[in-house]
This record gives sequence, C-alpha cells and structure tokens, in this order.
Amino acid sequence: MAEKTKDLLFGPIFDNNPIALQILGICSALAVTSNLSTTVTMCIALTLVTAFSNFFVSTVRNVIPSSIRIIVQMTIIASLVIVVDQFLKAYAYGISKQLSVFVGLIITNCIVMGRAEAFAMKNAPIPSFMDGVGNGLGYSVLLLCLGFVRELFGAGSLFGIQVLPTTADGGWYATNGLLLLPPSAFFLIGFFIWAVRTWKPEQVEEDTFKMKPHTRVSDAF
Amino acid sequence: MFEHYVSLFVRAVFVENMALAFFLGMCTFIAISKKISTAIGLGIAVIVVQTITVPVNNLILHYLLNEGALSWTGIDALANLDLRFLGLLSYIGVIAAIVQILEMTLDKYVPSLYNALGIFLPLITVNCAILGASLFMVERDYNLGESVVYGIGAGTGWALAITLLAGIREKLKYSDVPDGLKGLGITFITVGLMSLGFMSFSGVQL
Repeated sequence: MAEKTKDLLFGPIFDNNPIALQILGICSALAVTSNLSTTVTMCIALTLVTAFSNFFVSTVRNVIPSSIRIIVQMTIIASLVIVVDQFLKAYAYGISKQLSVFVGLIITNCIVMGRAEAFAMKNAPIPSFMDGVGNGLGYSVLLLCLGFVRELFGAGSLFGIQVLPTTADGGWYATNGLLLLPPSAFFLIGFFIWAVRTWKPEQVEEDTFKMKPHTRVSDAF
Repeated sequence: MFEHYVSLFVRAVFVENMALAFFLGMCTFIAISKKISTAIGLGIAVIVVQTITVPVNNLILHYLLNEGALSWTGIDALANLDLRFLGLLSYIGVIAAIVQILEMTLDKYVPSLYNALGIFLPLITVNCAILGASLFMVERDYNLGESVVYGIGAGTGWALAITLLAGIREKLKYSDVPDGLKGLGITFITVGLMSLGFMSFSGVQL
C-alpha cells in the first residue's frame, strides 16, 4: 500500500509527467511562468484543485450516470475554482490581477479534467486524492523550472528580489529580454522534454516514418 | 463604426491570436495537429462554437449576472444583486450546453458535417480557447455587437494557427530529429518559432 501511494505521488513527476508526456495542461504553463510568484501561486492553486476534484469526483463516481458525467465533473471543478478565485481576490489581489483569466482557466485545464476522467472515475477517493496531488506536483516541477529560468535570466531576479545585478542598475548582467516573452516558454519546455527523454530513453516516441540508410545510386536501381 | 468592427476582427485574428499570442487551447492544439484534414475540421468546429458562445455569454452577463442586471424583472430584491462570482460556473455551463445542442442539431440536419467533426465536437467543451474568449470578453467589457465579431475573430485565428502547425508537422515527420526531441519536443520548438513570428503582428496599429 505504501509502495502504491509513493507511486501515485511521485510517478507523475518524471516517469509520467502530465506536461512532458501526457500533453495535458500546457496553456497555463506558458502564460504564467514569466515570474516566480505567479508561478508558485498557480502551482498551489492547480495542485489543490486537481487533488480535491479527484477526491470529490471519486466519491460520487458510483452514482453519476455516464451520459452526464462530464457536466457533473465540470460543476465540481468549476465550484472548486470559484473558491480559489474568490480566495485569491480577497487575500492576494495583486497576483490575482496578474493571473487575470488564467485562474478561471484552471476549469478547462486538461490535467484536472483528464485525471478526473482517467483516474478518479475508476478508483477509491484516497488513491484519487494522491493521484491528484502527484499530477499537481508533476505540473509544478515543470512550471517552477520554467519560472526559475525565465525570471533569473530574463530579469535577473527571483521572487522580485534582485539576484544578478543588471546593467540597467550599473551591474554586469545584461538581461535576456526574450526569456520574458511567452515564446521562450515553448523552447524551454522543448528542451526540458529533450532532457527528460535523454535521461529516460523509454519515453522517446516511435518514428512515424523510417529513414532509409544511405544508398549509393548504383544500389538503388 | 464599421471600421471599429474590422479592426477588432483583425486584432482578434492576428495580433491577439488565441493560440500563438495567449497560448489558449494548447493541449488540443498540440495533440490534434498531426494531419491537415483533421486540423481543419477542428478549426471549423472551434469557429462555430466561438461565434455562438461568446455572444450568448455576453447576454448572460448583461441580463443575469452583472450588478443590477436583474432590474428588468421589476423585483426590488433582485435589482441589487451582484452575481458575478457565479460567472465561471455559468459560462462553462453555457459552453457545455451549446456544444451538446450543436451536436444534436448537426446530427439531425447536417449529418455529413457531424461525421466529419466526429469526436472533436464534444472535446471542444474542455478547450480553453473557448472559455478564454468568453473571459476576455468579460474582462474587456465588450457589447453584444463587439462580442459577435470577437467570437468569430478569435475562432478564425485559432483555426488558422492549428492549420498552419499541421502543415508544418506533416512535412516535419520526414526530417531526421534527435531522438529525445522526436514528436512532442520538436513540436514545442516549432510552435515557439511560429509564435515569435506572430509577435511581429503585435506592432500593428489599428
């Protein structure tokens, strides 16, 4: 049992990462990672929502007819997100303004929906909760890496505190503006996937098209 | 007035492209862009759903949820209600319902289109581009006319982007990519380059 819980919690971090392998929940990974404080807020919010939505969906899984299950799941998720949204507006208004629509978009974040559908509908509440936390962690690890690199090298700071003295303030570090722009997140995720797959080669995708070895012209005919 | 709508449309398609400038609907964008034909089908479905849901959500906001929006009922107790905190729940409900209705209507009257769209139609409910457009509509306070134009524009922009990506990926599968980057990795980098390209539109003044 302990072994299984550990699997559920830590499996999604590298072995079955929701973003790098399952292609879930990418949208927000790109938009909120330009500085660490929004990233951390987003990670906590998403982990909580995934864990609790998994828990509640799993609790009612035996009584909802399968034809309306999507609506039921949506309602559960939307209610949880409303709680998070109102909480952020009340206690962290600045960050909530910066995240703008992305808090609301947790509803349609495929990680939440995907795990509810794929795992919580078939398993008991406690393992589902663990699975939610695990997938939230997998998402958070990738987002924190992105946020760290983007803020450190893009603005020379971490959590808004200056770490590398920038040339604008008379220091030595010339900031790389590209990292603050959204497209840089795509490159970083691409490289992250490359790194993970070099480390764990079993995740490499099959070729859709096999390249033929080089042939001499005389062999070809 | 007409110019205002045209500029809103162009802005929604190019400058504020849902997929490449705001990164919405990325999961579907990356998962279902391996073939041009399926990408076009999904693109059309997104345009249709956006065109309907954004104006409908606009009506819901102005006649049900906004502060004082219920004053048309003539009941004092309702006139001062501010139901905006229910926004998220109602928008996603509207989207899910409209997708379901659209699915049934198409199945009955235009079976050919229904078969062409197949599984994509129900998937659209969880596409963040759809909910995103409604949320942007709320944030920017569009009126009914603007929200119709914005819905069409946002959908068209997304469809354009996924078709372009599918075109690139169809060619890309014949190229020799490093092992670890195969499939998902190289797709991310491609999308990054496309999005850099689309950033050049952001200087356009309308």
